[in-house]
Amino acid sequence: MKITDASMKRFGRFGGQFVPETLMQPLKELAEAYGRLKVDPQFRGELSALLSNYAGRPTPLYLAKSLSRELSRKVYLKREDLLHGGAHKLNNVLGQALVAKAMGKTRLIAETGAGQHGVASAMVGANLGLDTEVYMGEVDIERQKMNVYRMELLGARVIPVRSGSRTLKDAINEAMRDWAGSYETTHYLMGTVAGPHPYPLMVRELQSVIGTEAREQILNAEGRLPDAVAACVGGGSNAMGIFSGFLRDEATKLIAVEAGGRGTSSGEKIADHGACLNLGEDGVLHGAMTRILQDPYGQILESYSLAAGLDYPGVGPELAHLVEVGRVTPAIADDGAALEGFSRLSVLEGIIPALESAHAVGFALKNPEALGEIAIINLSGRGDKDLATVMDHEGRGGR
Amino acid sequence: MRLAEAFERRPLLIAYICAGDPRPRATVEIAELLARAGADVVELGLPHSDPIADGPVIQAAAQRAIEAGMNTDVYFEAASKIRANVPLVFMGYYNMIFRRGLDRFAKDCADSGITGLIVPDLPPEEAGPLRAACRKAGVDLISLIAPNTPIERIPLIAENSSGFLYLVARSGVTGARADLQESTKALIERVKTPLPKAVGFGISTPEQAAEVIRAGADAAIVGSACVDLISRGDLAGLEELIRGMKAAIGEARPI
Ligand SMILES: Cc1ncc(COP(=O)(O)O)c(C=O)c1O
Repeated sequence: MKITDASMKRFGRFGGQFVPETLMQPLKELAEAYGRLKVDPQFRGELSALLSNYAGRPTPLYLAKSLSRELSRKVYLKREDLLHGGAHKLNNVLGQALVAKAMGKTRLIAETGAGQHGVASAMVGANLGLDTEVYMGEVDIERQKMNVYRMELLGARVIPVRSGSRTLKDAINEAMRDWAGSYETTHYLMGTVAGPHPYPLMVRELQSVIGTEAREQILNAEGRLPDAVAACVGGGSNAMGIFSGFLRDEATKLIAVEAGGRGTSSGEKIADHGACLNLGEDGVLHGAMTRILQDPYGQILESYSLAAGLDYPGVGPELAHLVEVGRVTPAIADDGAALEGFSRLSVLEGIIPALESAHAVGFALKNPEALGEIAIINLSGRGDKDLATVMDHEGRGGR
Repeated sequence: MRLAEAFERRPLLIAYICAGDPRPRATVEIAELLARAGADVVELGLPHSDPIADGPVIQAAAQRAIEAGMNTDVYFEAASKIRANVPLVFMGYYNMIFRRGLDRFAKDCADSGITGLIVPDLPPEEAGPLRAACRKAGVDLISLIAPNTPIERIPLIAENSSGFLYLVARSGVTGARADLQESTKALIERVKTPLPKAVGFGISTPEQAAEVIRAGADAAIVGSACVDLISRGDLAGLEELIRGMKAAIGEARPI
């Protein structure tokens, strides 16, 4: 099976560079710089030192005993929630920020939905001495206030986005517009495996440390590969990060859990979910051909999920391709399943997962048989940022 | 009218509007007003939910137009009703074309009197399929060159363009600018092509339009300034702007 060709701009019929001409040169320079740096021993050394000493890698692979007992199989959690900042986002940010520095850029711009990527960008901006500005939709600013404050505390500026649906998709639009006028001094630090080439490739490679570690850890613990690996999918970076370690292990099922939100239908302008791999159609969003949520004329729909990080009407093109060729299995967990995962994991294991990661846990709770005998769930982040949302949902007035 | 024919009488003024803003029914009248006031080509923008190449003025217009009911069917219906002896050019984002089907979209253009397409998020590397569809339907596909396009890339873009070449006057997004950059003049000089060169992005006054013509452009494109006046309901001001620009580029003619 031909899965991907790392040197290409495309993954099957997905991917590409559907961007204004103004962005073609910055993308080319970025692809060239990254291509050069990723094999450069000094760059690799610097990145790996930051990943260990600043970010806290490797993260543990934890056998969740109570969860395993409840599901009558062995379930391991890859603990990206223990990474500095509380989510997997930092793996990508550290790599891109070092690339930006090597390219002589002095400013970082980033988009953020849940705020996790924004926080990671702000941390690294502070650490490496780069000015950092984060575009964030007004709706997300409202539901992730704590992360807005964290970014500001870290010295970043949060720019509210008032256009369109005022969520992640519009924050990406704004960041791309900014970059078209600022690329000479500025690096656009995209937070997921979406967008035009080289982002899907670069972000997957920077996140692949999750999968590389997890594969080694499970072989050490079990002496064999897992039957399944499950991860939640917003844009797809934590999923591609862990999946990339197992792509060639064809007996290991790779399960991409998307946000089922409040249902599988779509209104005129708003879909009730964020499930592009399951329910989306071919189209171009943010510079890539992929699976997207759109109306019959090609207008992009607003997505919906209780988890801000999964609230995106597109998905990484490589994932679209891997689903198409049958290597990745798409699945859905709705808000209810995610809340169930959120509270069950807290009680069973003493781990409060991010609402995004809770989708993967919720899927496992509802479909244990899909996991086989041994499975890994990628716990992409911790849930502290979501307490207000969950309290609100329970009618306890979290904000 | 075909673009090639229009460019026999250069310099030209090309005026952009966002179809459907403020109401779908206003589009025919506004397009005819532009032609009457002196626009030689009318660019009809099809509003998209996610216009990544556009600044705040055109973003807001697109949002208003979509809310007022503009869609691709209504767009072609409006285009086919415009009675003006100038070429109509489509401007819009690739997903709207892809979603309808490339062949169908190109044929709808031809059938509704649109003679060319400008697709700001479709670089030549991705344009092959649409180019084939446009050729089949007999409409032009116009490519864009940016200030940061490397000189060695220009031939690839120029050879893949028909009708004219769209020179983006500045980096960033659409929107009025007080200054015309020196680099715009350099860009006009740098681009060697047998195709007519039209310069757009940031041109909002008769003086700026005249300036790009004096610098060697075959056409000046005005967009956000028109959209801004329409958003204020100032059609008299729009007519005056177009007349002023047309007069200014006429005088700028001896290059
Ligand atoms: C904890 C966590 N998990 C998952 C995601 C979804 O992103 P991706 O699909 O790129 O991993 C986010 C995004 O903000 C997140 O914060």
